[in-house]
Amino acid sequence: MTLHLDDHDRALLAGEHGPAARMAMSILVRMAEVQDAPAMLDITQAHIDSAIYMGAAGLEFAERLASLGGRVAVPSTLNVSGLDEHHWQEWPVPEEWARNAHRQMIAYQSMGCVPTWTCAPYQSALAPKFGQQIAWGESNAIVFANSVLGARTERYPDLLDICAALTGRVPALGLHLTENRAGQLLVRLGGLPERVQALESFCPVLGHWLGRNCGERIPVIEGLVITPTEDQLKALGAAASSSGAVALFHIVGVTPEAKTLEAAFQGRAPEATMALSLADLCRARDELTTAEGSTLDMVVLGSPHFSLAEFARLTPLLRGLRRQPEVSFLVTTSRGVRDLAGSAGHLAVLEEFGGRVTVDTCILATPMLPPSVKTIMTNSAKYAYYTPGLLGAQVAFGSLEDCVRSAVSGRIVRDDSGWRA
Amino acid sequence: MRGRVLVAGEASGTVLVSPEPLSFWGGYDYKTGEIIDRRHPLSGQKAAGCVLALPLTRGSSTTTAVLLESVKAGTAPAAILSPRVDSFLVLASVVADEMYGRPIPILALSEADFAALRTGQRVEVRRDGEVSFEGAIGPELSGGPR
Repeated sequence: MTLHLDDHDRALLAGEHGPAARMAMSILVRMAEVQDAPAMLDITQAHIDSAIYMGAAGLEFAERLASLGGRVAVPSTLNVSGLDEHHWQEWPVPEEWARNAHRQMIAYQSMGCVPTWTCAPYQSALAPKFGQQIAWGESNAIVFANSVLGARTERYPDLLDICAALTGRVPALGLHLTENRAGQLLVRLGGLPERVQALESFCPVLGHWLGRNCGERIPVIEGLVITPTEDQLKALGAAASSSGAVALFHIVGVTPEAKTLEAAFQGRAPEATMALSLADLCRARDELTTAEGSTLDMVVLGSPHFSLAEFARLTPLLRGLRRQPEVSFLVTTSRGVRDLAGSAGHLAVLEEFGGRVTVDTCILATPMLPPSVKTIMTNSAKYAYYTPGLLGAQVAFGSLEDCVRSAVSGRIVRDDSGWRA
Repeated sequence: MRGRVLVAGEASGTVLVSPEPLSFWGGYDYKTGEIIDRRHPLSGQKAAGCVLALPLTRGSSTTTAVLLESVKAGTAPAAILSPRVDSFLVLASVVADEMYGRPIPILALSEADFAALRTGQRVEVRRDGEVSFEGAIGPELSGGPR
């Protein structure tokens, strides 16, 4: 297929909008050609994951674009960075890392990106609306925007998200187009009793299973009897886009493009149908725990970034209690949500419990944890999925209640009763 | 065999077949070129300098950043063969070309050709997408090539 470029695209490629936009457009056009896109289309906003410091090459790329005078062409928010800008000194973050990560933050801000520094940009006032064409990075944000908000984004990898932001253009393909948003796999939950679906860990475990079994195909979930909260949908998507490449899911009767089963499949037949059993789900849940004993060093909550509603659930669990001194307790969130949580009184309770907050980043994106942390407990399937590889630590996955009880008792305790047949 | 050229280039090396998708973020240490996803069947193998046969990437949108770092650090796979167009991999290679003039050759193979690849084979990847096999099929590797 021949790629059609319009006058604006050609002007961008010719450098009429500056050398940074030219480099960005050149990368976008090469990608469009490889992916057989017929044309480019306009986006209305971008979410930039590329500001996470990974190493010298990513920093060089950012500073190259910034030094070429790059300015974003559409409103662009920033994902987590490699540094809690104002609190990194409270943790054993190496100074050289901090210096480089900060340079990368500055480079993206200098291109006009909004310093939201969060992996949950849908929790802010800048969240896109139904049908909006956007270019988002960060896998959990992508799947949330597509599935829950009904906005339209491809899975934009690091480096390409900023190219889209600098030009306001993306290849017209994939999930930007209605016909590619139809469900492909039917996932039946009919065999799972409501008491199981109502468990706090149900949504992240279901997400982990979806990622494992759907790859990058679009699942349609039928038979969900609970009414999921925004945070449950967030947890489901984050898990599915960690263990797999799910960028869009539909839940019949819940998500906006799945008012009916027929609507979710756009009238087509499913490629395959899978019925999920409690045994399948229990196996998926077990996969998220690698820790073998009950020794615990740290509880970490907030991947994706903790929401105000999650703080409101956590506070009554913490009130009047205190963690064991040898188990640290951390919540990762955004500056915006931290400020709201402070105003609502949640941070005072967290502090009395002995907990701390990290903003701008998370334990996976910045080297903040001391090497003495060997075992981590979390209620996040995404943290659980990545902790062994990225941090070299063992992980235990449990509910929010399990996490608090474990911090209080000083060892891993999990209530498995709800998961029994 | 011949694949569709996604990013053109020349390379030779030992094939390392990944039976499962891989997320480079959390799955690939660009400082060493080792696969570090402890749930992955290739955990502990070094992919640096190998012709990596990869069904597709998984999950994180940070995969491209890690792969670009590996190009700069000299720990990237010599080439990547995949049964489909994986845009995350292609992008890293395109940016490596724009930044350093050092793209990773990437080919999309037919499912049948991809399925015929075996770890340990010595192959040469040419600019036109031709993949040629050198000599007999090598033994299965246990500790990675070289």
